[in-house]
Amino acid sequence: MSNNEKNTKFGSDRAPASSVASSVEVAKNEKDLGAMVAINIDGNDLKVPFGTTILDAAKKLNIKIPTLCHHEDLKVAGVCRVCVVEVEGQRTLQAACAYPITSPMSIKTYSQKVRKSRRHNLDLMLKHHVGECYSCFRNNNCELQTLAKEYGVDHYRFGHDTEPHHDIDRSSYSVVRDMNKCIQCRRCVRTCIDLQEVGVLEAVNRGPDLDIDTFASMPLGEVVCINCGQCINRCPTGALRANDPSDEIWAAIENPKKHVVIQTAPSPRAAIGECFGLPAGTSVTRELNTAMRRCGFDKVFDTNFTADLTIMEEATELLIRLKKALVDKEQVAFPQFTSCSPGWVKFLEHFYPEYTDCLSSCKSPQQMFGSIIKTWYAEKAGIDPKDIVTVALMPCSAKKFECNRPEMQDSGYKDVDYGLTSRELAQMIQETGLDLPNLPPSDFDDPIGEATGAGLIFGATGGVMEAALRTAVEIVTGIKTEKIFENLDIIPVRGFEGVKYMEIKVPAAGPVPPILSKALGGLKDFSFLKGATLKVAVAHGTANAKKVMEDIKAGGKFSECHFIEFMACPGGCLGGGGQPIPTSPEIRAARTQAIYAEEKTLYSRKSHENPAVDLIYKEFLKDGPCGHKSHKLLHTHYTKRGCKIV
Amino acid sequence: MSKTDKKLVIFSDIDVEKALKSALQKSRPDLINEVRDSGLKGRGGAGFPTAVKWNLAAAAQGDRKFVICNADEGEPGTFKDRLLLTDYADQLVAGMVLAGYAVGAKEGIIYLRAEYAYIRKDLEATLEKMRGKKLLGKKIAGKDNFEFDVHIHMGSGAYICGEETALIESLEGHRGEPRNRPPFPVTVGYLGCPTSVNNVETFITVLHIVEKGAKWFKSYGTEKSTGTKLFSVSGDCDKPGVYELPMGISIKKLLETVGGEDAKAVQVGGASGTCVPRKDFDRVIAYEDVSTGGSIIVFGPFRDMLEVAVNFMEFFCDESCGQCTPCRLGTETLLEGLDMLDEGKCSLKYLRELCSLGETMQVSSKCGLGQSAPNAFLSIVENFKSEIFDSRCTCR
Ligand SMILES: Cc1cc2nc3c(=O)[nH]c(=O)nc-3n(C[C@H](O)[C@H](O)[C@H](O)COP(=O)(O)O)c2cc1C
Ligand code: SF4
Ligand code: SF4
Ligand code: SF4
Ligand code: SF4
Ligand code: FES
Repeated sequence: MSNNEKNTKFGSDRAPASSVASSVEVAKNEKDLGAMVAINIDGNDLKVPFGTTILDAAKKLNIKIPTLCHHEDLKVAGVCRVCVVEVEGQRTLQAACAYPITSPMSIKTYSQKVRKSRRHNLDLMLKHHVGECYSCFRNNNCELQTLAKEYGVDHYRFGHDTEPHHDIDRSSYSVVRDMNKCIQCRRCVRTCIDLQEVGVLEAVNRGPDLDIDTFASMPLGEVVCINCGQCINRCPTGALRANDPSDEIWAAIENPKKHVVIQTAPSPRAAIGECFGLPAGTSVTRELNTAMRRCGFDKVFDTNFTADLTIMEEATELLIRLKKALVDKEQVAFPQFTSCSPGWVKFLEHFYPEYTDCLSSCKSPQQMFGSIIKTWYAEKAGIDPKDIVTVALMPCSAKKFECNRPEMQDSGYKDVDYGLTSRELAQMIQETGLDLPNLPPSDFDDPIGEATGAGLIFGATGGVMEAALRTAVEIVTGIKTEKIFENLDIIPVRGFEGVKYMEIKVPAAGPVPPILSKALGGLKDFSFLKGATLKVAVAHGTANAKKVMEDIKAGGKFSECHFIEFMACPGGCLGGGGQPIPTSPEIRAARTQAIYAEEKTLYSRKSHENPAVDLIYKEFLKDGPCGHKSHKLLHTHYTKRGCKIV
Repeated sequence: MSKTDKKLVIFSDIDVEKALKSALQKSRPDLINEVRDSGLKGRGGAGFPTAVKWNLAAAAQGDRKFVICNADEGEPGTFKDRLLLTDYADQLVAGMVLAGYAVGAKEGIIYLRAEYAYIRKDLEATLEKMRGKKLLGKKIAGKDNFEFDVHIHMGSGAYICGEETALIESLEGHRGEPRNRPPFPVTVGYLGCPTSVNNVETFITVLHIVEKGAKWFKSYGTEKSTGTKLFSVSGDCDKPGVYELPMGISIKKLLETVGGEDAKAVQVGGASGTCVPRKDFDRVIAYEDVSTGGSIIVFGPFRDMLEVAVNFMEFFCDESCGQCTPCRLGTETLLEGLDMLDEGKCSLKYLRELCSLGETMQVSSKCGLGQSAPNAFLSIVENFKSEIFDSRCTCR
């Protein structure tokens, strides 16, 4: 192994190596000499691959070792010391999460010494943990609370602060930081630095003064935080949470003058059941519709409708860019980047501001929805838009920031009033006592409840690309997409690979459909693309986005792409910062499964076949995709923020 | 700064250039074997056999390897490395060259304590001089395929950066925080490459051993703790300073040497060491009994042992990197306990709980700092309970 390769094990330059997992590589081939090590845990014999951590070895035996700083998605830290175990012959205990097994050993996971140490370490953490479980959103879903119960904490051995020692930081539209509840496990730090490569949070000071803080203790709302909320999903306590608008929403619901509509994104449906004890990957779309109505929402709409609309607009935008470049020989920015993930958008605005021209000017489905509700829908329903309150059920914390961007008022009002996360809606439903899993199913309201499978799969990484391709390929080639991609499944863009890449050769040229004729300046057909190779890519998680962006900067293969989908969250929206806690690769995979299964049941799986989309272009956005009106309502612009914050 | 007149090992005369050149005529295994036969254990405090460390680093896979001299000398009450860095720099560099030769490293780094910045200029001059004599750089001592050079990296004033993995983190530009082990630096160290970290005194001792033989070295010390050791002696004694004494010396004898016979207790090993009371002065200083990286602090009859404990605990609160729970909050809790004792408000039950917490810190902290932070507290409570508890407690 060359040194370069070896160094990449430490991740990015900024990732502290102390948080490197064990750099002892886990043996891959069990048959290799010395690949398997014989160990004994609590009297049970077992053989594990060389390099396996004690924690993973114990899992194989169904032996539970408590953890706090460990998280499957993150590099190992080994700092909380509640996972300590006794290794025979060693003077000190070892952190099970961080100790790689490289020689035969005998391990005790719950000896007196072990239990005493764990309890002491818990007692110490509770010393400065100021918070009351009743008033904490993590009540009953808190790793610290669970451990305190499991270890029989019945009093505070080393004292307990009652007065808060930190001001709560509410400066961000998306994330609230209450460091009084922080136990310094640094999962958020590792999330932000290693997983997302944003680098907003770091440990500062030493010893008992250690805090988790932003650069120069600036308010979170003023730093380069992209609002992805990934840190919230990985915090074991209630120290990090999303900015919860449910009180305002209840008030709007109670207000007879207000017409409260909720649009629901695809990902929450595949996950919210987890808050009601259902296994991950159980879709509750239609039960949820009933629950929201019973909560008092006047209309329940499907964001997938505007996802389909986004595809129409974004695919058109791409075709316009291609035509400008290839036919009109104009200078146009390529690749085109998707813009539906507000975390990603802010990431680009901060770290790659010189690339804002590459971002599709399309608003995200959430924001398109807002402006459509307060214009087209208001008109159709005969309601004064000032009396409409639009709520967006989203898997995402960044959506809260997005709806507060000053430019998002094209309807003449705030297009989307509140971004509500899956967790917060679950809380609202629980407050009503409704038994979500057992509610009678019901449908979305018309007309904005019409959606296709293409809109649905927006929730998974690669979904936007797949949806766009299903439409673009059909329009450009004039051939049904399913004739090119079996079952309409575009497999290369699916899955959890961090960066995905695909090339498609355009086999034929179809006529330009009437709806696009204006946008494409009267072009008759797509012969200018015949034989061309369309290059696309997909990246999820901003660490992967960074890789692609750096490659583009260096003129690598991604700079030759035409279209790239970026999602700020690992796994795409299904793994969004507003989704139920906990999260793990298995949970995200199960949610993805649920979405792809549900989409098979839908009447259509191509955005341009959505009759409601047809209708809106006929009735309202009469000059077609990327036309004048849609530019006003459905498109936006960006801010070159940069990352110098002081 | 004084030093003993007797020249045993480290202070014995040596012709550095000649010693280095003849040592480099040996094969690598022979060189390491000589060190192994001497029984030398690391002089930085942990006492890990030097030859074993070098062998592991030599055997580790890697195109690039490093030898690092730990000159962060931060343990309260040690100042022997300062003397070596000032007066014996050429021996240190020669020892590093030998280490580089033994493990197959081309690059050496001296991690120099921030407070020692004033020594840097002289050290650089020494390096330059040795480069001039072809004792550093390419083809050292005419050996065609051996090159080795050394550069200096300044620390930033954190005690924890003396811990070898935190030192490496600091070298890489990160917060100085210890890493998880295994893997140890000998396989995954600086920049992910095999790295041997050794104390200043260790390098110098090796040079003498290789020149004068393992047998000669072993004529000093005990069977398990061979050779001599430098001691930084401070506190309530007539003749504080740096002493070279054979390992296995009794505390009583040591006190006689330094003029501290009336001591009430001796802190062996600095803040992270143990506090030995008068009744135990027959104990010997050796890895198998009371071990030390060199710090000896003498407490005279009028010292308030509670104050001593507070002083050490404050040190650990300041210097804990704060990474792991038992050390970050345990140090603080023990310090609060000492304040309670001082005010006579610590019950016996709570004192027991604190001692039990101390044991937890010893076994569950991530690195040597937290593991040894309660040592002074525990030994003072054990040996001076009547002084610090019985005479103050008002709450029984
Ligand atoms: C908190 C802490 C501080 C340390 N400080 C030093 C130091 O200042 N100098 C030193 O040589 N070793 C120090 N050590 C020991 C080193 O980690 C390491 O064991 C030593 O440098 C190895 O060298 P040796 O084998 O030659 O002793 C420290 C260890 C700990 C846990
Ligand atoms: S973070 Fe956990 S332990 Fe703390 S108040 Fe909230 S629920 Fe309770
Ligand atoms: S929301 Fe995202 S960017 Fe902001 S601090 Fe959390 S992980 Fe970092
Ligand atoms: S905010 Fe949460 S994740 Fe971050 S260190 Fe504190 S407890 Fe851990
Ligand atoms: S024991 Fe102390 S110094 Fe060592 S890692 Fe833990 S907090 Fe840091
Ligand atoms: S879970 Fe292992 S140290 Fe925190």
